[in-house]
Amino acid sequence: MEAGFPELIDTRGLRLAIDDAFNWVVIEWGRQLELAFLPVLRLLNNIEDGLLWTPWYIVILAIAGIGYLATRSIATAIGIVVMLFLTGLIGLWEPAMATIALMLTATFLAILVGIPLGILMSRSDRMQSIMLPVLDVMQTMPIFVYLIPFVMLFGPGKIPALLATIVFAVPPVIRLTNLGIRQVDAEVIEAVTAFGATSTQRLFSVQIPLALPTIMAGINQTTMMALSMVVIASMIGAGGLGYQVLQGIQRLEVSRGLLAGLAIVFLAIIFDRIAQAYGRRVQQHLHNS
Amino acid sequence: MSSSTPPRDPKISIEHVYKIFGEDPQSVLPRVETGASKREILEETGHVVGIRDISLDIASGETFVVMGLSGSGKSTLIRHINRLIEPTAGRILIDGEDVLTLDEKQLRAMRRQKISMVFQRFALLPHKTVLANVMYPLRVDGVARDKAREAAMEQIETVGLAGYEDRYPRHLSGGMQQRVGLARALATSADVLLMDEAFSALDPLIRGDMQAQLKELQSKLHKTIVFITHDLDEALRLGDHIAILNDGELRQVGTGEDILLHPADDYVERFVRDVNRGRVVTLASTKRDATTLAASELSRARLIELIERDGVDAVVVVDGENRPVGAVSEATLYAGRNEPDAWWTDTGNLPMPEKASDDTVLAEVLPRFAGHSTPLVVVDAEGRVVGRMSATDALASLANDDG
Ligand SMILES: Nc1ncnc2c1ncn2[C@@H]1O[C@H](COP(=O)(O)OP(=O)(O)OP(=O)(O)O)[C@@H](O)[C@H]1O
Ligand SMILES: [Mg+2]
Repeated sequence: MEAGFPELIDTRGLRLAIDDAFNWVVIEWGRQLELAFLPVLRLLNNIEDGLLWTPWYIVILAIAGIGYLATRSIATAIGIVVMLFLTGLIGLWEPAMATIALMLTATFLAILVGIPLGILMSRSDRMQSIMLPVLDVMQTMPIFVYLIPFVMLFGPGKIPALLATIVFAVPPVIRLTNLGIRQVDAEVIEAVTAFGATSTQRLFSVQIPLALPTIMAGINQTTMMALSMVVIASMIGAGGLGYQVLQGIQRLEVSRGLLAGLAIVFLAIIFDRIAQAYGRRVQQHLHNS
Repeated sequence: MSSSTPPRDPKISIEHVYKIFGEDPQSVLPRVETGASKREILEETGHVVGIRDISLDIASGETFVVMGLSGSGKSTLIRHINRLIEPTAGRILIDGEDVLTLDEKQLRAMRRQKISMVFQRFALLPHKTVLANVMYPLRVDGVARDKAREAAMEQIETVGLAGYEDRYPRHLSGGMQQRVGLARALATSADVLLMDEAFSALDPLIRGDMQAQLKELQSKLHKTIVFITHDLDEALRLGDHIAILNDGELRQVGTGEDILLHPADDYVERFVRDVNRGRVVTLASTKRDATTLAASELSRARLIELIERDGVDAVVVVDGENRPVGAVSEATLYAGRNEPDAWWTDTGNLPMPEKASDDTVLAEVLPRFAGHSTPLVVVDAEGRVVGRMSATDALASLANDDG
């Protein structure tokens, strides 16, 4: 014990202050925040209900269809059908749909927030120098740390799970939107400026279209990160496949954990394929349509 | 410095423009103004002198070439004209208006309607078709789609790319891509055209074609073109006036001939040494004085007198408007020694001289000396005698450094 780090300042006071402030926010603003995020919750529930209400074979065909459109490969489409069918077969259809709904909603919202942030970041070096370290910290922080504040604000449930997922998954799309825009050929930007384009015209007619392949790569990464976070987030009441894994751990049922894990891997493969193929498509369109 | 007279009503006036790149250009400006060298400034302050105290007048409708080696500040200079670069000091006037006083909106209006630009690496929009690229400046300016399309198609035809309008730039060769760049620049009907090494990325054959096409277009359109190049041949071929830059400083401004015949300093001289002068130097600047005699005063005695007085080998006989009607050499005098005086007053009996217009370059004139050695009579656009040129004089002009 003598070799331990000396207690130079009393951090207990600081910790108490942070906790108190946070509690105050929870008490004062908790309800308003919950109301504010109600539309998001509705969106999530609608997607989930929609997926469950639709007959399973139509859901499978629809996802396989999207996969085929993106990849133009029958093999991929068949692979998707087989994997989703197996998921249903091992009794995990409902949790899988809940996971897909949560992942889609989180990805959608992350893109909605992330692209504008990335654009802002690309337009000002100062903004970039502030955002980069923040994004670094966000990406190195253990996943569980995100859960705590959201659970405190909203209590366990889908909203904190969704928000934690968004916060966790949003950095790649911000980063790559910024990068993509900054990488656009300077001479092209100069030309467009020389012809009198406003910065908005420049953004929409040149920078975003030319950055699209990079932005798509960011969306792809964000999708994958949302999927991995969704599993963790089920610990705070999001349900879905992650909850099955959690139960497997709690009840020491290896089989339950393994099967749910398998279903998660299936979903990861399916969405990775679709997102990547779609990114390639955008790139191809850009270069030789 | 310059030996040419400045145009009276310049389209573009650049007045004492300095550009210093770095953290705090204003703090370095006084030192640059008092003549510290580019290297001193870089070593002592970390600032780069882009251009230094440049003043230029560019006349409406001319092709003005800015020439210099890499890093001499050509791109920096041309970008001041449409304010892609802001000067550290100085003024830039277009049609008498100081472009530095324009606010954002006025500046955009100027870029949309008055000045357009062609780039070295084409700078086409890779995700848009040829047509959409050419339409782009018009669409930016808010021109309706139909009208923009019509105007763009017209320019695409002008540059000879009809039929390619739905292709994407990457499917075109370099020369074709730059034609798209040219069409795009012409689409807005801006009267000032900035071309930064527009043809430098093209291989020599295509480059020659593009130069010819630009000359042909310019003879119809009479735009004010500022053309940048590091190639003297290109400068001489295209430029009505040529400015030579070195290390951000203006060394000389003048016509191609001015620069070849009277280089302002050693730097310019070294620059122009290797050029084929015969392709540039005209008879106007190399002709010798001709001895002329009015047809009304024609007599054998007078002819002999003039030949002896001026020590020339021939006398040009001219009519009332100074147009040549005959030429008399010693050989003619000898051959007609037995003719009566009346025969000598009839210009119809005299041989006609070989004529050459004074804007002919030496290279074109030389072959005409083959086979005979009579001098050419140099005439102006109205056909009046302005001088003569012999084979020996022509060869001397090609070899001499000062014409
Ligand atoms: N943005 C910049 N920051 C710092 N220095 C610059 C910048 N732009 C140009 N310079 C410097 O200014 C000088 C002139 O450059 P400029 O690009 O105008 O030359 P150039 O004559 O166009 O050369 P090139 O033939 O290579 O295109 C060079 O020394 C260059 O390094
Ligand atoms: Mg340059």
